[in-house]
Amino acid sequence: MDNIQLAASAAVLAPGSEIVQGKQFVEITVTPELLVSTATALKQNSETRFDMLVCVSGVDYGKELGTVYHLRSTEFNHMVVLKTKVSDRDKPEIDSLCSLWPAADFHEREVYDLLGIKFRGHPDLRRLFLDSTWGYPLRKDYKDDINILAK
Amino acid sequence: MEEAVKNIPLEEEEYIINMGPQHPSTHGVLRLVVSLRGEMVLNVEPHIGYVHRGIEKMCESLTYPQIIHLTDRMDYLSAHINNEAVCLAVEKALGIEVSDRVKYIRTILSELTRIQSHQLFWATFGMDLGGLTCFFYGLRDRELVMDIFEETCGGRMIVSYNCPGGLMNDIHPNFQKRTKDFIKYFRKTLPEYDRLLTGNVIFQERVKGLGTINREDAIAWGLTGPVGRASGFSCDIRKHNPYSAYNKVTFKEILYNEGDSFHRYKVRMDEMWESMNIIEQLIDNIPEGPYAEKMKPVIKLPEGEYWQSVETARGELGVFIVSDGNKNPYRFKFRSPNFVNLAPLNILAKGFKIADLVAINGSLDLVIPDLDR
Amino acid sequence: MEFSIYDLTSFTQWIDSSLRASMSPGWAVAIEMIIIGLAILIFFALVGLFLVIAERKVCALMQNRLGPNRVGPGGMFQTVADLVKLLFVELVPIKNADKILFNLAPFIVIIASIMAIGALPFAKGLQAIDLNIGVFYLMAVSSMGVIGVLLAGWSSNNKYSLIGAMRSGAQIVSYELSVGLALVTMVVLAGTMQLSQMIEAQRWGWFIFTGHIPAVIAFVIYIVAGTAETNRGPFDLAEAESELTAGYHTEYSGIKFALFFLAEYINMFIIAAIATTVFLGGWMPLHVYGWDGFNKVMDIIPPFFWFLGKAFSVVFIMMWLKWTFPRLRIDQLLTLEWKFLLPINIFNLLLMAFLVLIGWHW
Repeated sequence: MDNIQLAASAAVLAPGSEIVQGKQFVEITVTPELLVSTATALKQNSETRFDMLVCVSGVDYGKELGTVYHLRSTEFNHMVVLKTKVSDRDKPEIDSLCSLWPAADFHEREVYDLLGIKFRGHPDLRRLFLDSTWGYPLRKDYKDDINILAK
Repeated sequence: MEEAVKNIPLEEEEYIINMGPQHPSTHGVLRLVVSLRGEMVLNVEPHIGYVHRGIEKMCESLTYPQIIHLTDRMDYLSAHINNEAVCLAVEKALGIEVSDRVKYIRTILSELTRIQSHQLFWATFGMDLGGLTCFFYGLRDRELVMDIFEETCGGRMIVSYNCPGGLMNDIHPNFQKRTKDFIKYFRKTLPEYDRLLTGNVIFQERVKGLGTINREDAIAWGLTGPVGRASGFSCDIRKHNPYSAYNKVTFKEILYNEGDSFHRYKVRMDEMWESMNIIEQLIDNIPEGPYAEKMKPVIKLPEGEYWQSVETARGELGVFIVSDGNKNPYRFKFRSPNFVNLAPLNILAKGFKIADLVAINGSLDLVIPDLDR
Repeated sequence: MEFSIYDLTSFTQWIDSSLRASMSPGWAVAIEMIIIGLAILIFFALVGLFLVIAERKVCALMQNRLGPNRVGPGGMFQTVADLVKLLFVELVPIKNADKILFNLAPFIVIIASIMAIGALPFAKGLQAIDLNIGVFYLMAVSSMGVIGVLLAGWSSNNKYSLIGAMRSGAQIVSYELSVGLALVTMVVLAGTMQLSQMIEAQRWGWFIFTGHIPAVIAFVIYIVAGTAETNRGPFDLAEAESELTAGYHTEYSGIKFALFFLAEYINMFIIAAIATTVFLGGWMPLHVYGWDGFNKVMDIIPPFFWFLGKAFSVVFIMMWLKWTFPRLRIDQLLTLEWKFLLPINIFNLLLMAFLVLIGWHW
């Protein structure tokens, strides 16, 4: 399916989401409550069939924290981007997608480690690279006077 | 210290062994906490982060040409392909079309990188299993590829030959002849590898049937590269979303269905033959043209999000750039293949013996700096 | 008194008679024992030194590189340098280790090896003790080495050493069965267990040729089982570096480690020497019945060099095996022995007995 058809399918599968045509792929932005249902619909629908989770990236948008999911369908070879944002920077929580794609396991641990977003329902949410004395380095307001030279 | 390891209630006769960060066969700084009963593995837990350098955070304060030099040091065995990924992403975002000459040269160097990475895999896999001679044979032949890289690109392993818009400099006049000589030599030598290791009964008994994963699980876990292709998951980016000169060459995508360690090994051996075929199709036909496009001195990507996948020797490397219009990216994310390939190690190794864990880990062919970034 | 290097009986008898002439028989025997002990120890040290450097050079040959080539002409003195270094290494004492057993273990292994050397016929007349149960004695004495291995693993107070020692012990004990049965097959062919008589019986043809197919099968099984018994080659799981543990000698350092290390090479030599004696004719030159000219040429080389040449050829084959093949897992190793080698061995023994009965051998 090309981007126009994908955008149309997405509008049907994910009502209440914001669908934008990005530079390359269709970008579906949902609220955190609708994340799991949208992802499930995208995975199971026979016309989209997104069976592979390629990447989960955590992004600090300045005021909000968000995650970006790149989904691919191995059957139809199309990709779509699913995004969600949380505005609570002190206790950000998003639902985990481990039950849909086991690949999300390590990715979500990395996002938790570097950005501090907790994933509800993750089987084993621990820090991955760093230990507990570090803050959340990928956040834009992370201060480390020793190692990072502020411009 | 990191958060407490979750309490694994120890059964009777169960004990925990640490294959520590320094170990001859974990291929880098990877710590595996293995709980065993006798010789049988019950649970494997990888602890990573020993080589975490904060590359993604560093990228937020570097310009795009500077980021290319960081990517060399991630999966250092596919250095050129990593560089190519960033260059392609930047060029796609800016809408620049590089000349055919650049595309051909990039493809040839990528395939040489792939060959050299698989040679190292063969060398270390044999060594892990006890056939120490394989190490010397593999590295001896890899030196020839390293010499080609050194002459043209200036560096053996850490190459940094790509830049957005093309290449840093034109190829050396000797490049084509040396590559052709290498291909001729290696075509005669590669059957030697098969005679030494692949056909050996001891090797096959050690490696067949280990760590099996089927196609659906491979897709669900996101395994790409030779690991995925050995399970029947057709994931070669060079076929599905071709870039550079891959749509101008014909080659086979190696797929097997069994998904065990032996077939992961076989995929890499067969890929070396295919890489040589690709190089032979391109090496004599490099078109004339500029080796780099004219670019602005300061590269600023338009605002938006960009994604580029390439096929490194280990799987799909994804580059995700969030740009806000400045000369530094707002967020730069690498989807590294090794990171995803390590995740199912627990499932692959459960129920096998400790010696098999070494074989399974070797067959995944992980490069830990890529995992940790 | 004519001494000839072809028949050293006259030389040894001259020593014996001159000793007995000058002192009482008790003293003479004692001095003889001291001389023999010293000779065996010197031989032990020299062969050990030579085998270590030979292994490194052979390994380098297989791997397309030069071996040690700086210390001494062609790297000859490399082992001496290694030995000197090992003498200076700090002996790390182990807390909570059983000190007596810990220190005893390397010596048990060495004693087993030296006792085996004592019974080997190096040349005509050059044999420390010629027992009429020669083969039986050799098998019994080389079995003692496994006690040293198990003691080393146990007394190190280290669970990894214990795992390694248990694996090693199981391996050695299993493969002794195959070694024993292969040697028994040749005893059936020779009709005697006495080593010097076995060699005399090979005057007109080495057993590997005259014994036809059962002898060849027995030789192959013997080489495989012998390699496994010394923890070498494709069967060195117990001391592999790319596995978890360094095996039973993890906790040993310095001179004690050197003793284990040396004992491994000497054991390899002993296995090769027994193979030479029983299968390849010992110190007998290669004679072909009826080719008198050829036989005369073969006779020029002294028997001592025939023996060493054959033994070192078998050692070379064992080294070749090690550097070519990957290693076997412990369960594959034990499966090989109990499910494959043992039935083949028993069948082979019956076949040999049958051949001897109907007189088809030479």
